[in-house]
Amino acid sequence: MSAHARELAASARAVAPPPRGRARLYGALGGALVLWYALYRLIEPGAELVTRRLLRLDPTTHLGSAVAFFLFEVPKVLLLLVLVVFAVGVVRSYFTPERTRAILSGRRESAGNVLAALLGVVTPFCSCSAVPLFLGFVEVGIPLGVTLSFLVSAPMVNEVALVLLFGLFGWKVAALYLATGLLVAVVSGFILGRLGLERWVEPWVYESMAAAAPAEDAPPLPFAERLDQGLTAVREVVGKVWPYVVAGIAVGAGVHGYVPTGLMAGVLGKGAWWSVPLAVVLGVPMYSNAAGIIPVVQALLEKGAALGTVLAFMMAVIGLSAPEAIILRKVLRPPLIATFFGVVAGGILLVGWLFNAVL
Amino acid sequence: MLIQVLGTGCAKCKALTANAEAAARAAGVDARVEKVEDLREIMKFKVMSTPALVLDGQVRSTGKVLTVEAIRQLLTP
Repeated sequence: MSAHARELAASARAVAPPPRGRARLYGALGGALVLWYALYRLIEPGAELVTRRLLRLDPTTHLGSAVAFFLFEVPKVLLLLVLVVFAVGVVRSYFTPERTRAILSGRRESAGNVLAALLGVVTPFCSCSAVPLFLGFVEVGIPLGVTLSFLVSAPMVNEVALVLLFGLFGWKVAALYLATGLLVAVVSGFILGRLGLERWVEPWVYESMAAAAPAEDAPPLPFAERLDQGLTAVREVVGKVWPYVVAGIAVGAGVHGYVPTGLMAGVLGKGAWWSVPLAVVLGVPMYSNAAGIIPVVQALLEKGAALGTVLAFMMAVIGLSAPEAIILRKVLRPPLIATFFGVVAGGILLVGWLFNAVL
Repeated sequence: MLIQVLGTGCAKCKALTANAEAAARAAGVDARVEKVEDLREIMKFKVMSTPALVLDGQVRSTGKVLTVEAIRQLLTP
């Protein structure tokens, strides 16, 4: 172990909570899971009870239907969100950006694109880290296309979106979102790699790399510290998105109760081919509202909007964002950023049209 | 002591800077907190995820916002 790795190990120990018994830790974890399951089972009868008995509303009326929808969806989505964000937080503690880079270095295109897209889902990084991460990848000779596959899949396949889709649409739609998100990342990275866009990377990036040596991976963490990272993720992510989720479900509940079925069929239905590009154009500037947009979109879907259009909208909201473009501008020149957005948007369009045609 | 926070200026980097300043005060350490936003400077520390905390030139944490207490423990070994 080098001096640098020892330093990191020492700081990890300093940050970790005081050592507890393993048995107690697993006991607490098991207890929390049982409690979670019990709460989850109580949502449906609970929502029913509150709507009928406490509020004395008839679920077949507009108001009753909207209120029942809201009371059922909010706790369900929040519980699912806590569980999944915690699990993702723990899984991510196994995939540091340094390890991901080590796995990807020396990979060629194609297999590298697939691996990069998969790692993009599990590697923790916030959008402001996109540039150091990009530089770190380029530094060890990972091809540009493979790096871009990673940068597409990381924001596009989003765990919050996955939970909302699962909770509101079921596992089939969630799986479709995951699979097509990965596909867009793999294919767009591959195409961008073929285009030979290295000349549009800011020249200083390659110059400063020559002297740099790869950094070392941090030593393994104790399991308690990994659970702690899961809890931190819950605090950070759920703490930030819950108002959007509640607001989104409230709007969704209103649409669910009051908007007549079939109203959206003309505007966002399968018949209107232009609805997919429109959804992408509308989605790009809406970055931070991903959590709140899905319940609204669910209500739209229920009233006749097409699934492909809805998925395209969601992918554009989450995968393509103006803030990310501004951050990437520090290392990439405008033609490459434009091509990057163009190819990804093209992939999203194809996914939207494909779903509308097939389903 | 020189405390450096590496980051391109997102909310997390600002939070870590504020925590570092609070920790230095709490520990009673004579420290200068400096924010490093230039990418070339950040790359010299071989850091791939920001925000990162650097104490006297040594990278001590990357990719997360340490609490005031955690930083205080790093400052007073």
